[in-house]
Amino acid sequence: MTDPVLRLEGLRKAYGGLLVTDAVSLDVRAGEIHALIGPNGAGKTTLIGQVAGTLRPDAGRVLLDGRDITGLAVARRARLGLVRSFQMIAVLPGFTVLENVALAVQAKHGSSFRLFRPVARESGLNRAAMVALDQVGLAARATARAGTLAHGEKRQLELAIALAQSPRLLLLDEPLAGTGTEEAERLVGLLGALKGGPAVLLVEHDMDAVFALADRITVLALGRVIASGPPAAIRADPAVRAAYLGEAADAC
Amino acid sequence: MRLALLLFAALAAAPFLGFGAGHQLTLLAHGMILGIAALGLWLLVGGAGLVSLGHAAMLGIGAYAVVALDDLRITEAAVVVPVALLAAGLFALATGAVALRTTGVNFIMITLAFGQMAFFAAGSLALYGGDDGYTLYGRTTLAGGRWLADRLVFHFVCLGLLGLAFLVIHMLLAARFGRVLRAARENQSRTEALGFDPYPYRLLAYVVAGVLAGLAGVLLANSNEFVAPSYLAWQRSGDLLFMVILGGLAGPEGAILGALALVLAEEWLAMLTPHWRLILGPLIVLAALFLPRGLIGIRRHD
Repeated sequence: MTDPVLRLEGLRKAYGGLLVTDAVSLDVRAGEIHALIGPNGAGKTTLIGQVAGTLRPDAGRVLLDGRDITGLAVARRARLGLVRSFQMIAVLPGFTVLENVALAVQAKHGSSFRLFRPVARESGLNRAAMVALDQVGLAARATARAGTLAHGEKRQLELAIALAQSPRLLLLDEPLAGTGTEEAERLVGLLGALKGGPAVLLVEHDMDAVFALADRITVLALGRVIASGPPAAIRADPAVRAAYLGEAADAC
Repeated sequence: MRLALLLFAALAAAPFLGFGAGHQLTLLAHGMILGIAALGLWLLVGGAGLVSLGHAAMLGIGAYAVVALDDLRITEAAVVVPVALLAAGLFALATGAVALRTTGVNFIMITLAFGQMAFFAAGSLALYGGDDGYTLYGRTTLAGGRWLADRLVFHFVCLGLLGLAFLVIHMLLAARFGRVLRAARENQSRTEALGFDPYPYRLLAYVVAGVLAGLAGVLLANSNEFVAPSYLAWQRSGDLLFMVILGGLAGPEGAILGALALVLAEEWLAMLTPHWRLILGPLIVLAALFLPRGLIGIRRHD
């Protein structure tokens, strides 16, 4: 079997006496969508931080394509193909939609210390950006200012920016956060179409979306992996029901 | 862009439309010279989102390069200009490398501190008159000729260099380099997540701004035929910053418009009353209150 794209080995992170990541291991294989779920306070955000590079684990390793990236900074990880979308929207509001994506393409293609050639006329960058915009169904809005987009469209733009970086691993941190039902449905359709493309680690609260999209699901509770497997097995797992689905049912 | 062309056409025609008298040409030259320095500062403030309060230091260093060479009786532009630009650029590189470790208010304070260091250093240059300043033996020469002594020639030299500076800023901004600079202004963490480290881009912008200020210093020394430490004072840095903000951050032409407006307003008020600063102050407050997007924002009500 080939190496997984992302492998987490025995990650451990504590804040004072509070153990928020406790011996977490998981892997994401090429072409699969691997969802990470867990009730509030399970330690998802802390774990994502350690994968993205904003947090250092106390112990354990993060491997991208078999390479140890545990000590690398965010920008280095991005250049190696570990690309993240943000839970809070982080598009450049004053840039056009096209320019937002073209900047991501530019990061991957050639030096950006080109001082005098007008970048707006670099057809290579614009073409690749349009491909990504087409993929997320935002091509018609290419010339709009990103700041004027509706919330769901900004989510689509986030996704296009991520895709334009030709990621090895896509880290999607709550890509549906704040979207309405209709917008969420459209985004789930777009994410489903990614299957077979880049490996995806998906953190999401919307359970319908998770069970519709994921090839495998890992469930986190109190910093620890309590179950991992295909959606059907997770749905039937009594420990998961107790820790998570039960709580969700109570909340309703 | 249309506004920029209009400004350049007006400046080119001015000497032939009743602004040809000596003191009027001197005034316009001052506006254009400070416009060159303000253009560089605009790249930092409007382009990169970095507010510097030490920009006059680089202008003063350019002017003192003219002084140092004048003291050695070297006035040839082919020597003076490269030396002045190099000195200003190196100062920008050294101080920018430190200042750009910070952003926001800390960046303002560090650039102010470097500016004041340069100001006091200039005041201690006894060889060049210390606080009293230094009167040039002669203006910079072009291929041995005293062309710059002619006010009309000097007017068009300033105009040509202003146009060149505008073009350089405009192109930098539209290139890959400028796109990264603008992106880091809008959202630094997003830009980093794409794999860009903003630091080298900002440092190059800081050096370009320094070189343009140095060029303005050479021209200002020539225009006044006199250089004093006040060239480097923080008040002048404040004036330059005000020009940039008065003109507007939406485009580099704002810096040119702001420089001309402030220089001409000062002159006009000074003719009306010796207490002109009492009027200029409130005008600045009104501009800040009612022109949040600057003079170039007036006609853009979209």
